[in-house]
Amino acid sequence: MLETLKLRIYQGEQFIKDIENAPMRSQFRGFPKLNSDVDITPCKGVCPTGALNTENLSIDMGKCTFCGACANACKAVEFTNEYKLASTNREKLIVTPETTFEEFRKTAFEVREEIHRIFGRSLKLRQVSAGGCNGCEMELNACSNVNFDMGRFGIDFVASPRHADGIVITGPITENMAYALEDCYKSTPDPKIVILCGACAISGGVFQNSEKLNREFLEKYPIDLYIPGCPVHPLTFINAILCYGATHVGTSELN
Amino acid sequence: MNWIITENNKPVNLQDIPCLDINDLRKEIIEIKKRVVGFFGDKVFDGVKLYVVLADDEEGKLYISSSFFGADKKSYESITKTLPAFHMFEREFFEQYGIEPLGHPWLKPVRDHKKEYPFFEIKGEEIHQVGVGPIHAGVIEPGHFRFMCNGEKVYDLEIRLGYQNRGVEDLFVQNPTNQLAESVCGDSVIAYNLAYSRAMEALAGIQISNRAQLIRLIALEMERAAIHIGDLGAIAGDTAYQMGAAIFGATRTLVINSLLEICGSRFGRGLIRVGGVNFDISQELAENILKTLEKVGDDVKRTTTTMLKSPTVISRLERTGVVSFENAKALGLVGPAGRASGVELDTRFDFPDKWFLDKDDKKFKAAGDVYSRTRIRYKEIMQSLSLIRKFMKMLPDFEGEALYISCTNALASDKFVVSMTEGWRGEVVQTFITDNDGKITRCKIKDPSFNNWYGLAMAVRNNGISDFPLCNKSFNLSYCGNDL
Ligand code: SF4
Repeated sequence: MLETLKLRIYQGEQFIKDIENAPMRSQFRGFPKLNSDVDITPCKGVCPTGALNTENLSIDMGKCTFCGACANACKAVEFTNEYKLASTNREKLIVTPETTFEEFRKTAFEVREEIHRIFGRSLKLRQVSAGGCNGCEMELNACSNVNFDMGRFGIDFVASPRHADGIVITGPITENMAYALEDCYKSTPDPKIVILCGACAISGGVFQNSEKLNREFLEKYPIDLYIPGCPVHPLTFINAILCYGATHVGTSELN
Repeated sequence: MNWIITENNKPVNLQDIPCLDINDLRKEIIEIKKRVVGFFGDKVFDGVKLYVVLADDEEGKLYISSSFFGADKKSYESITKTLPAFHMFEREFFEQYGIEPLGHPWLKPVRDHKKEYPFFEIKGEEIHQVGVGPIHAGVIEPGHFRFMCNGEKVYDLEIRLGYQNRGVEDLFVQNPTNQLAESVCGDSVIAYNLAYSRAMEALAGIQISNRAQLIRLIALEMERAAIHIGDLGAIAGDTAYQMGAAIFGATRTLVINSLLEICGSRFGRGLIRVGGVNFDISQELAENILKTLEKVGDDVKRTTTTMLKSPTVISRLERTGVVSFENAKALGLVGPAGRASGVELDTRFDFPDKWFLDKDDKKFKAAGDVYSRTRIRYKEIMQSLSLIRKFMKMLPDFEGEALYISCTNALASDKFVVSMTEGWRGEVVQTFITDNDGKITRCKIKDPSFNNWYGLAMAVRNNGISDFPLCNKSFNLSYCGNDL
């Protein structure tokens, strides 16, 4: 017991205090910056997901795996370490040479009034992995570890959809998970939100051409939030949820 | 000649692979007593070619042979009856090509969900069933577990998977990329991408620089250490030793953030490409990482020692979820799960590799229980950390070498190559076949979980159902790696 206590003291505090302004290492590939003055030819054919449009220069963050292959191939693409990549609008994820990060952030979120009213102080989420590779799953688990400690904002993953305010989908939605996913959605009480987490969930990612997917769910039900990444970084996820609750989810007390 | 003998990542000509009558091949497989690492079909003309790849772990060699099933030949005598390690392989071959292994004791679907799944049932007044999944309580991949219990006690567990099936093998034929390789199983990004890249390099006939090789291996060992540390945390969490869960969690963060400092991704995505690596490790970065990892080593050591002194933890781990050596061997378990039961396989050391020379021959007391699977994680974290130190120290010797060689060569035509990499979970095996234009026509992937899921089912037999999560964490098997 004494040993355990000593260990506790030695570890000290591990949590990131200011999650909204947490510094990110410079090597992280986040929000892309495009330059249409540079020759894009060397980038042709390098993108594994079709996120990079070389005809009409743009990157679709909903498809992008942030693999960096394009940036390695030519200088027209650069990745900043900005990690706040989410949007409530699918279209907004498409970045052109004109889109600055500040511009993107200004218009990224449009949240239903109802959401603030209902989820003002806490948000319980049911996560469904529908063909996820365990990358996004591991990062979502990391959101609850001692470093990121998402629980302090009132955001938690819960076991039962009946206790949840919404679902978080990871993976490209395989045929074999389509039924379970829909079942889970139906078991979640209204009003509810649906969050697509990661390139696979948003667009199918590297699996978009697979015959084993069934993405009908996305046509049937409204999607509230898109969080890009491959996998989604915990800071991207937590900040997306905090912005979605627009300073209502716990943060106001924190500041 | 019944077999062609080759090595890891050494392509052979398709036409040099012997083609035997299936009865002879079956007899050969049983007599030669080697370990199965590949048993899969490929469509040819109007029939199916069955390829068999066996490993000789002592000699570090691979034995390859094949058999042809014409359109009218739809069955053969099951090998599983004699060698249980074939059981998933034969099921998979049946599911993919419709050729039935006659007398297979457990011929059920592997990934196909179109048919009703016939769960094994025990009947009796006291027996009840517990069904869990596909969606589990936590943030975990999907799979269905069906327990047959008498009170708390589990008589049998049947695991049904396939929910994650994304058709990965076909996608490799359509458009093989490093990014796809990284996403087959996102907790083993480096292991998968390494196996894939090495196979492609072997097929294209390129030799990558020593520096690039070292950087890859540093990442491979970092991946191993990070996951094992995370798993120690998960095991601590499941024994309600919260302190351990918290500290291991934070310690793992240090390792994956170091990986991010190398290549921009916490899981090492974007680091490896066919032909080499995309990122260098500068002297300064190497020193920083070594400093961080020194702290990691200290913290892991201190926390593990403290945790394993706690009687409340020990009583949960010892003699829980035992897989005997005999069962582990017969089922063909690999990786740490196998090593915890005394099956000492490790492709890093068993197959010729100039970077992995001295296999640690210190005796590990393998009891096959959760405790052993916990201690093997600890042992391997320490081993990985010392390998990383060693590789980092070697980096300056290869200063200035090219990080990658651009690989414009076409792949060699009509080849068959087997690429094995020891990931943290065990051997990742990828086999590729090319046609006479050098195009990939078949990709076969075997995750270590493909062997090991059945080990988990055996482990929980006669244990309390409340120990299932703990057993599960101690294996930490892959759903998507299995489902492909
Ligand atoms: S970083 Fe994104 S846009 Fe660039 S090549 Fe990779 S997936 Fe395509």
